[in-house]
Amino acid sequence: MLSVFNSINNAFCNTLGISSYMQGVVVLMCINIIAVLGMSVLTGFTRLFSFGNAGFMSIGAYAAAILTVRYNVNFLVAIILGALAAGFVAFCLGSITLRLKGDYFLITCLGFGECVRVLFNWTKNLTGGSAGFPGIPAYSNMLFSVVCTILAFFIAWRFIHSKYGRNLTSIRENEVAAQAVGINAFRTKRLSFVFSAIYAGWAGAIYAGYLMYIVPSAFNLGKSCELITTTVIGGLGSLTGSVLGAILVTVLPEVFRSMANYRMLLYGIAVVLVIMFKPTGLYGYKEFSLKRTIAWFKNLGKGKDKPAAAEGKEDK
Amino acid sequence: MFFQQLITGISVGGIYALLATGYSLIYSLLDFSNWSHGEFAMVGAYIAIVFSTMLPFPFLVAAMIGVAGGALVSWLTEKVVYRRIRSTGGPNMFLMIGAMGLSSVFQQAANLIFTGQYRSYPFKLPVSTIKIAGAYIGVLDLISLIITAIILIFLMYIINKTQFGLNVRGIACNQWGAKILGVKVDSCISKVFILAGCLAGVAGILYGAKYNVWPTMGNIGLKAFISSVLGGLGSVPGAILGAVLLGIIETLVSAYVSSSLRDFFSFALLIVILLVKPSGLLGVDVQDKA
Repeated sequence: MLSVFNSINNAFCNTLGISSYMQGVVVLMCINIIAVLGMSVLTGFTRLFSFGNAGFMSIGAYAAAILTVRYNVNFLVAIILGALAAGFVAFCLGSITLRLKGDYFLITCLGFGECVRVLFNWTKNLTGGSAGFPGIPAYSNMLFSVVCTILAFFIAWRFIHSKYGRNLTSIRENEVAAQAVGINAFRTKRLSFVFSAIYAGWAGAIYAGYLMYIVPSAFNLGKSCELITTTVIGGLGSLTGSVLGAILVTVLPEVFRSMANYRMLLYGIAVVLVIMFKPTGLYGYKEFSLKRTIAWFKNLGKGKDKPAAAEGKEDK
Repeated sequence: MFFQQLITGISVGGIYALLATGYSLIYSLLDFSNWSHGEFAMVGAYIAIVFSTMLPFPFLVAAMIGVAGGALVSWLTEKVVYRRIRSTGGPNMFLMIGAMGLSSVFQQAANLIFTGQYRSYPFKLPVSTIKIAGAYIGVLDLISLIITAIILIFLMYIINKTQFGLNVRGIACNQWGAKILGVKVDSCISKVFILAGCLAGVAGILYGAKYNVWPTMGNIGLKAFISSVLGGLGSVPGAILGAVLLGIIETLVSAYVSSSLRDFFSFALLIVILLVKPSGLLGVDVQDKA
């Protein structure tokens, strides 16, 4: 099945003339988008912070890798199981830590992420330790990742615009008021946490199938920071903003190849500047809309006119 | 053997304590986790490296310049970044994101300027030991322990006995109240950042002398963070206690269990403490934390 699957992708890419390098960039972009979408639901819409999402990514990646290599499980099933494993761990962790507030929850996430990394390093028989886990079948081709990303975005969009999503936003705005109108804050937060972990696990499983080789150090604290960074640059409380942020963060370093050394430095500076001057990010608390973009371009010529005409009418 | 490990643990804990107290002070004033705090230690350590190995300065002078450098950078971050973020009135989360960004900026800048290689100070102190009560104890451990103790006692004096300390405690208790009573809040916060930067600089140089200096050494800020949670966030004596405990636990775990599991134990301890007693060992304000 895998070979059929890959040949469809190859046929598709050949007809469109997409080089294997471009395919790689697109796959990495898709992985980032999926993980950042999860982060966005958690940070942008619930205002919970997690420095442990790289830990969930690694759980997804290792679960998928071990299932496909050791137990010959079909890769689709392995990805789903990997994502669910991450979600299950998040459910357990969230059940005990989500009653803590603010920084304290964040600290436990950080601790959890580091614990997972150290454990994967230590359990050499199962995961290969710091030498890595090789021989994962290459199931993440471009077509598959793009389909996954579209699916992930669609699900996240439906989730945010459902009753549960509105509950999340109400908790972000005012937790006490949300509880007063009968929202179970703890369970809602846990839902959001599990959702983000499933997305992280999903992204991790695709990552494993793309690199065919995973090491625990790929999922360190820096990776978690990168996910948060991307979410902030893209814009808190906006799914399209997160997608845009993830695309920028993946594509820009490829375009400016010669400045690869400065990549993380520029990330850092970008985050500091964004949080200082435009804390809402590129698309904070707004979704991308064609109407508003057209209005913005129309106003661009007029100069002093504000592009506020279309604002306020939508997604309030 | 055990005694020897204990001394090493306390001396490592002392270094954590220098960072944890500064971290705790900033937390108690501004109510946010300053993720870039560990980087001030890194900056201080690197400045001392530059002045002692690349320029002809005696080590003590270089160390003092390093400490001043740490303080300066700490003050600048407050002046340029945090004050601006606070003035926009966003949630505290934004301060933390800004700190995270700063931390990444410092680390990467150090990586670009000094490359990733490990550097050490130009003296042979770390290898020499003296024999006390049948145990071989590193001279450096002892020196670092004494320096730390003096600085921490001095810090406790500042916090508890001086007008400045009273102001700081007042702001920590109620910022608006302190402002109404005539405390210059912004200048006080700046001074606390300078103080915290000094402490971090000393910690960085001591840590660098004990191990090495490398661009991501600022990650010991995490240990400081764990320490202050262990002792109770925002409490200075708690931070010292937590740091010393953490230092001892880490040394004993790497000596008797497994050095690769050392960090696992620290982080697991962190989670357990938060679940069992979120206010930490000496913390008081539990209300909005658990």
